Amino acid sequence: MKKKTPFLQSDGAVSVLVVLLGFLVGTILVALVGKNPLNMYKAILQALSGYNIDNGRMNVRYIGETLNYSVPFILCGLSMGFANRVGLFNIGGEGQYIMGMTVAQIIALLGPQIPVLHWLLALLGAMVIGAIWGGVVGILKAKYEVSEVVSTIMLNYVALYLSRIICLQLPGATTYKTANYPETALIGNEFFQRITKNSLLNNGIFFMILAVLAFWFIMEKTSLGYGMRATGFNKDAARASGIPVVKSISISMAISGVFAGLAGGIIALGSFKYGRVIAGMDNYGFDGIAVALVGNSTAFGTTIAGLLFGLLKNAQALMQAKQIPKEITFIIQGLIVIFIALRSALKLYQEYVDKRRLQKEVGL
Amino acid sequence: MSEYAITMKGITKTFPGVIANDKVDLNVKQKEIHALLGENGAGKSTLMSILFGAYSADSGTILINGEEVEIKNPNVATELGIGMVHQHFKLVQNYTVTENIVLGMEPRRGQILDSKRARADVAALSEQYGLSVDPDARIEDISVGQQQRVEILKTLYRNANIIIFDEPTAVLTPQEIDELIEIITKLKEEGKTIVLITHKLREIKAVADRCTVLRRGKYIGTVEVADVSESELAEMMVGRAVRFEIDKPEQQPGEVVLRLEHVTVKDHLGLEKVTDLSLDVHSGEVVGIAGIDGNGQSELLAAITGLLPLTGGEIYLNEEPIGHLSIRERIEAGLGYTPEDRQRYGLVADFTIAENAVLKNYYHNRYTGSFGILNEEAMHEEASALIEQFDIRAGEGSHTKAGSLSGGNQQKVIVAREISLEPKVLIVAQPTRGLDVGAIEYIRRRIIAERSRGQAILLVSFELDEIMNLCDRIATISKGTIVAVNRSEEVTERDIGMMMAGSQLKESV
Repeated sequence: MKKKTPFLQSDGAVSVLVVLLGFLVGTILVALVGKNPLNMYKAILQALSGYNIDNGRMNVRYIGETLNYSVPFILCGLSMGFANRVGLFNIGGEGQYIMGMTVAQIIALLGPQIPVLHWLLALLGAMVIGAIWGGVVGILKAKYEVSEVVSTIMLNYVALYLSRIICLQLPGATTYKTANYPETALIGNEFFQRITKNSLLNNGIFFMILAVLAFWFIMEKTSLGYGMRATGFNKDAARASGIPVVKSISISMAISGVFAGLAGGIIALGSFKYGRVIAGMDNYGFDGIAVALVGNSTAFGTTIAGLLFGLLKNAQALMQAKQIPKEITFIIQGLIVIFIALRSALKLYQEYVDKRRLQKEVGL
Repeated sequence: MSEYAITMKGITKTFPGVIANDKVDLNVKQKEIHALLGENGAGKSTLMSILFGAYSADSGTILINGEEVEIKNPNVATELGIGMVHQHFKLVQNYTVTENIVLGMEPRRGQILDSKRARADVAALSEQYGLSVDPDARIEDISVGQQQRVEILKTLYRNANIIIFDEPTAVLTPQEIDELIEIITKLKEEGKTIVLITHKLREIKAVADRCTVLRRGKYIGTVEVADVSESELAEMMVGRAVRFEIDKPEQQPGEVVLRLEHVTVKDHLGLEKVTDLSLDVHSGEVVGIAGIDGNGQSELLAAITGLLPLTGGEIYLNEEPIGHLSIRERIEAGLGYTPEDRQRYGLVADFTIAENAVLKNYYHNRYTGSFGILNEEAMHEEASALIEQFDIRAGEGSHTKAGSLSGGNQQKVIVAREISLEPKVLIVAQPTRGLDVGAIEYIRRRIIAERSRGQAILLVSFELDEIMNLCDRIATISKGTIVAVNRSEEVTERDIGMMMAGSQLKESV
């Protein structure tokens, strides 16, 4: 009864194929609108390696920016992926991200101005509020069977407007920004700035790497993760086997919130020197859904997918400079998600065919 | 007219990766009762689906009454006089018996249903074949046995001369089975040809004239039933000698281990499914709960294991009340459980055997070290020991995904896990449902071996012969209460059948 899945049917291979397919269709589209697709790839290569083929110059700043753009994508992807592994659909990454950002801004502006401790505290606050924002959803889901999809979507809006109300009260607040942070709140890293020619790459990347490791460790190596995976695969069997399903779901949503909250904190302190009074969403939380989908909700896969999304985002400006509409990157991202979804659709179709066959078997 | 009503020659049918029928022959004489015998997955249903037009064969020919035919769809089969009584009835629940029977072939006056004529036709048919059933009753109000009669009448109404019965006794009580056998005999007397798909040898001996045996998609042979014994048939079906009766050594049961006291349980919809039920299980004894599906067995087990809350009464394990503990606390207290729906409640299909082997105790020190780190080595060690000990057939050893195992091996994984936890009481629900003969034999032996070790076992099964064979005492359940508890050697299957249907009988314990 040996039953090995062929490589081409493994989840990882499918993700790679899907990404290639997305690029292929994107290339055709660029050609269709009368531009040279080669320019798109030049832009992507430059965003990836810093090397400009046209003039042969190297600028390592692009590498730094690609990495920096990837940080929130990866963290929000982890947020989505972690919940997904426990059988939950966390659309609330955006709200957890916004709350993390908000609390980080509050602590940055009002916290104790002690070097290092200040921004550490701000990021910690972002993670704690993320855990609360996600954990509440988990408890509602586990105890009262409130659909996490509905409650997270609603909490996204609560977070957006709550953030606006709170940030308007912060020192020096106008309708779109607050006063500048004190130096001690910034997470810029001089060493990174020096080697990447002043890119925005900052200390946040260390936290991202820790988050990836934590995801992998908790999910794959601990008994907590074992219980969560069992819950995600088969909730009924998990419950019947005495696994505390309610606890699994609540904790997983809280951990999920930590990742997204951390993303919010890193953006707040790393990409801006002042607090933002936001009127709309940054969409990292939603992009995280796509990242987790492409990355199969694993720590490693999500990291790769997040890097890809960061790369495409960084390539946008370069593409525009080469007369390629930057929207093509959104189209490619969209296509990738559609193709991933098609895989699920294929699975559904296969199930339908099997069912029809069974029905025929009994003569319907 | 040809000697044979049905001739199927060299039928081959493949599905992706599976040869369901491999050059199968079937010859059914006119007006005989012909049994089609084989284990689950032997290709019986596929062969009959081809005959009924649901599938087309890859190769082979079909002759009906000596003429070669091409049966493209079930309508063609109906025109040829072939009718099928499905295992899962295809009836409209809120239509009357008459409406169900004429559905699709309604007698009409102009465009309007001629209900008077329909009713008269149905009454005449049921008279002629002795299939008594109220033509005006709604399907939802009549028993399963009567619903089956409606299915038979449907085929007769469509002038079927060849009637295929697909596992017809699976859902019936022993009394209903006796009645069905009478009906089938009567149909034969009236000139019908019957094909009986089954894996129950006793029924073949009771009613069939000839029997064709299939094994793993291949034609094994056709025999005169009168010339062979049950065990010879079983050997043809399985390919080796099989023993159904498990030797059960005499032994004296010990102390009470599990005690149910006035247990009352409501289901998810708030309907009371178990009412004031009391029962004891001693160490070293198997107590069986016999009953027709849906009489509160599932809810009772859910309440014992903690999946449903108790609404009344108490459950004692070694005289400690456990009725309000969490599921994990009950497992820790010594409650073992192999669930009826093993894929839903027993296993995580996407987990490996190793991960499934520790599903209930993964958090113990043995498997979870400091900082909550799982000890995968210990998990695989345990799983490999269980694979060895319980003869689990798995391609990649302890790394095999549970979902890729056969049903019998999945059940072995669950049984192995539960026994390895050394529970104080083992609750076993439908342990052999859907398994092939070899696995059934193994699981039953294992249950008796546990009994010999002094384990207390509560067995729920819808298979009466399983209950009769394995149990020391039999508690018959009907509508959520225990009708009687009897020593198994003091009652017959017939007695139990009567009580399952709700009639009070003697109590011997």
